[in-house]
Amino acid sequence: MASSCPEEKDNQPSPACSCQEAPAAGLKPDFPVLSGDTAVCCGGQPAEPCSPYEKPGLRLWGFVEDFMDTPAGPVPRVRTHLIRADRLGTVFARVGIGRDSYRIAPGLHSVGAPDSESPVMVTANYKLSFDALRCSLSGISAWILVVDTHRRLILPQLSATGVVARQVKTMCGFEVVWGPVHARHLKAFLDGGMKATPAMRKVTFSFRERVELIPVELNHMGKPTLYLLPALFLLSGLGQGFFSVSAAVSRGVSALLAYLLAVATGAVIAPALLPWLPGRAFALKGAGLGAAAGALLSALFAGQLARSEMLALTLFIMAVSSYLAMNFTGSTPFTSPTGVEKEMRKAIPAQAAGALTAVILWVSTGFMGG
Amino acid sequence: MDNFRYLPGVSTLEYEENLCVGCGSCEIVCPHGVFTMNAKKARLVDKDGCMECGACALNCPTAAIRVTPGVGCAAYIISGWIHGKENARRIWAARCRLWMDTGYTRPSCTSRAKCSKLRS
Repeated sequence: MASSCPEEKDNQPSPACSCQEAPAAGLKPDFPVLSGDTAVCCGGQPAEPCSPYEKPGLRLWGFVEDFMDTPAGPVPRVRTHLIRADRLGTVFARVGIGRDSYRIAPGLHSVGAPDSESPVMVTANYKLSFDALRCSLSGISAWILVVDTHRRLILPQLSATGVVARQVKTMCGFEVVWGPVHARHLKAFLDGGMKATPAMRKVTFSFRERVELIPVELNHMGKPTLYLLPALFLLSGLGQGFFSVSAAVSRGVSALLAYLLAVATGAVIAPALLPWLPGRAFALKGAGLGAAAGALLSALFAGQLARSEMLALTLFIMAVSSYLAMNFTGSTPFTSPTGVEKEMRKAIPAQAAGALTAVILWVSTGFMGG
Repeated sequence: MDNFRYLPGVSTLEYEENLCVGCGSCEIVCPHGVFTMNAKKARLVDKDGCMECGACALNCPTAAIRVTPGVGCAAYIISGWIHGKENARRIWAARCRLWMDTGYTRPSCTSRAKCSKLRS
């Protein structure tokens, strides 16, 4: 990078400009000036009057040509070529002397005569990077924003699905450090020297975490339930006399109970007992629970329900419970979209067939029983 | 997470080990320990643990890892069948934001991250 820079032409002596370290400055102009003997101002000409931008305890970098006044305060205008001190610094850095502290103060610099419309180049506070940039800007008017790249951004690990760490580094110079999945591990992470243990890197899905999701699952049931309830009573009332209100009420209550059981198994018990339910597919887990609930209902109403009705209600509970459990896939941190789609292609036709069979059985029993 | 296993043999994850430069990003960003670093190479040790979040592929500097990322959510997939994948993305963009506010995806941070990915 340095070799591509034009040779320093003028002989302006600047022995005092091989400054070592820039101060970590705040918002105030990051004067690229550093400590040194205050008697000497920018070189070996003590007689020369000092610039109004001088600060006690700071010494000017050789690459600063002068300062330009801006609404944001004075901004150093930097040279677009290297001087001897720059080259010497490059050599030192290349051989490894003071390489890790070869940096300048972060902040705004300028080249040429930039104005409010001029582009802003962002670079690192490593001086070699800064040199490479300014040497390429000869004849250009622009701002140079030097960013402290020693700063790190600690990002939550799970943001990695949308953040490319190396792009952050190239685009703004900040180093991305992937923090732990859970904020509660941050302290241990920092104490461990920004290292996460394997356990900190993994998502969890504890009983508590699963149970916390149940209210929203139930909340989603509101609208479908509103449509379903009248349909249940309507279908229950259909019979020989076309429609019987008493049948709608008596049979409708058991259908309603079946529906409540289906919601309980699919949207409450299935999430809560997820890891202990047999089967990998959520639809299967829900259907299994539904079958158990159907058996329970049949046992409870053994005297009141015909066998076809028991079968109808069991199928109905299984279909609804299976569907609801399947919908829980979106709330977990371990289901893959390919897997969910595969599951759904098999499960949805089965659920639809089960529900349809249930309706046919239920209504036909109504007509036969009277 | 070891007691949670989803369907085996479905993940679209592909890994070409000879392209690996050993940076270790995949091991760090994966929330399921699918990759493990071994002798300066990432090893694909648990492909069936992959939830296709896409973090590893996105952060692999040499494109040694490829995966079709997405949301493992039945409701979203149905939406895609009905409205088409692109429209579903748009519809769900607004929805995910709402869900994030209501904390819907709280414990499944990964799907929350995937929701924010959907927003882009």
